[in-house]
Amino acid sequence: MNPKIKKIKEFWKDFSSNKVAVVSLIVFMLILFVAVFAPLVSPTDPYDLNTVSIMNSRLAPFSEDFSGNYFLLGTDGAGRDMVSAIFYGLRVSLGVGVLSGIFALIIGSFFGISAAFFGGKYESVVMRIVDIQLSFPSILVALIILAAFGKGVEKTIIALILVQWAYYARTARSSALVELNKEYVDAARCLAFSNTRIMFKHILPNCMAPLIVVGTLQTAHAISLEATLSFLGLGLPITEPSLGLLIGNGFEYMYSGDYWISIFPGVALLITVASINLVGDHLRDMFNPRLH
Amino acid sequence: MTPFIFTRLAQSVLVLFIMSLLVFGGVNLVGDPVEMLINPEADQAEVERVIRELGLDRPVTEQYWYFLVNAFKGDLGDSFIFGEPALKLIIQRMPATLELALFSLFISLVIAIPLGIYAGYKPESKTSKIIMGGSILGFSMPTFWVGIIFIMIFAVHLGWLPSTGRGEIGTFLGINSSLFTLNGLSHVFLPALNLALFKISSVIRLTRAGTREIILQDYITFARSKGLSEKRIVLVHILKNILIPIVTVVGLEFGSLIAFSTVTETVFAWPGMGKLIIDSIYNLDRPVIVAYLMIIVTFFVFLNLIVDILYTFLDPRVRIKGDGQ
Repeated sequence: MNPKIKKIKEFWKDFSSNKVAVVSLIVFMLILFVAVFAPLVSPTDPYDLNTVSIMNSRLAPFSEDFSGNYFLLGTDGAGRDMVSAIFYGLRVSLGVGVLSGIFALIIGSFFGISAAFFGGKYESVVMRIVDIQLSFPSILVALIILAAFGKGVEKTIIALILVQWAYYARTARSSALVELNKEYVDAARCLAFSNTRIMFKHILPNCMAPLIVVGTLQTAHAISLEATLSFLGLGLPITEPSLGLLIGNGFEYMYSGDYWISIFPGVALLITVASINLVGDHLRDMFNPRLH
Repeated sequence: MTPFIFTRLAQSVLVLFIMSLLVFGGVNLVGDPVEMLINPEADQAEVERVIRELGLDRPVTEQYWYFLVNAFKGDLGDSFIFGEPALKLIIQRMPATLELALFSLFISLVIAIPLGIYAGYKPESKTSKIIMGGSILGFSMPTFWVGIIFIMIFAVHLGWLPSTGRGEIGTFLGINSSLFTLNGLSHVFLPALNLALFKISSVIRLTRAGTREIILQDYITFARSKGLSEKRIVLVHILKNILIPIVTVVGLEFGSLIAFSTVTETVFAWPGMGKLIIDSIYNLDRPVIVAYLMIIVTFFVFLNLIVDILYTFLDPRVRIKGDGQ
């Protein structure tokens, strides 16, 4: 059998030993599907002014309007169908979370691996910056960036990258330090491969396992943080309605008892973050040699 | 030892300087406070007078220099909105934030330590699995959303607890706090519980891990063979040994409670520094934004400095490494 397929099979056997993680993975896949295909699976387009009617504003869940449109989770203050708004919101939230996660992964592993590889002054400066940054709570780092530079899509993504990169850098460095002592690195050096090639073709793939674990947990964290920032009115602008913004919109109707406008987007957010966390938690246990 | 402290001190100053540059530079690029602050019906002369009064007509570099000089004097500018010194506004609101953070620290320890010990003591029991599942849920739940749900259930639906403001403020030993009146306590309870939620999850995990480690130690086996009751083993031997590392970590993370209180304060309209900064960002009240960020960054930089120095006393390995640098 192809060794790659065998490896994947072994991995799956290990992974599927935890039923909760399998269910979480399936749930997350469903959420991802809904987010990617939001325009196709949503009952209505919540941001098409031709179909949204203010007459329908704040309808309770399971209600119908006069023309027979059915609203499973009710409508928000502007008469938008909550189901569709949540689907579109998931798209924005996941998009921002995953995008910032990928950038942070690239930047963090670049600095982490190169710090381990070159050592010396460069390493101590990089790791000092990482330490300093990690001594600040993530929300504070994001708050500083957004308070100083204002809100917006790019700024939110930059803030999320800045919050996350240090975790990746630290993880990448510690696993790269272990890899550097292995024989294949010596072999690559003897073959006079370039530093770049050794770092990113040889060492990086072997550091992927811990980076993926950090990646899942960090992405969950980033999604949650983005929602918080958008709720506070510091994150995404109203043109990019993420789940956090939807929850914030519903907040003003709380006191009049229209619970669904805030609650359902929050449930969607919770399920998303929890499913990623549960998968990440299990991956961490799998890759943790101490537990075997 | 001394060179270590000196490097760290220099580093802290450097961080503060970079922060001041970043914060001041950034804030000055955002929005136009002139437009927001001046009555649109004001004539040109009035507009110019206000611009001059706020120092907005000078070049940014000059504004920054004055800001730096004044910051050393403890003068971080006057709020555009309140017309009062920004520093004074923040210090006025600091006790509210501190009391919220302290109370929520208290709640999280009281709830999480017993649950964590139980989960570590009987790791295979159903209750422990529920506790651990709950802690993952606690990690995943966005704080602000849980706050909204608290308000909906306890304030709107059941009407048990108030959801906004600080309530009545009592005085005890010269300290003003809403922790000293019954009405104040009823106001602080929901926001503090909300803020504590994340901490509860992490302390549960910490306590559980610690308990599982301690339970394997020889002195526990010895205590058992001496015939001590399980109750005594848990309450004395385990609890005592676990408390030290937990209190250390939680104490160090007190800063993060203050940072996260921005969210809770906004949801519960708690009149602390966190709500002030969010309101100021809305209003583009630059002096307050700058002052808040500088104060909170200074706070964290010094908190970390103190922690670093304390560690050198507690852990000789750090000291040796520091001297070698």
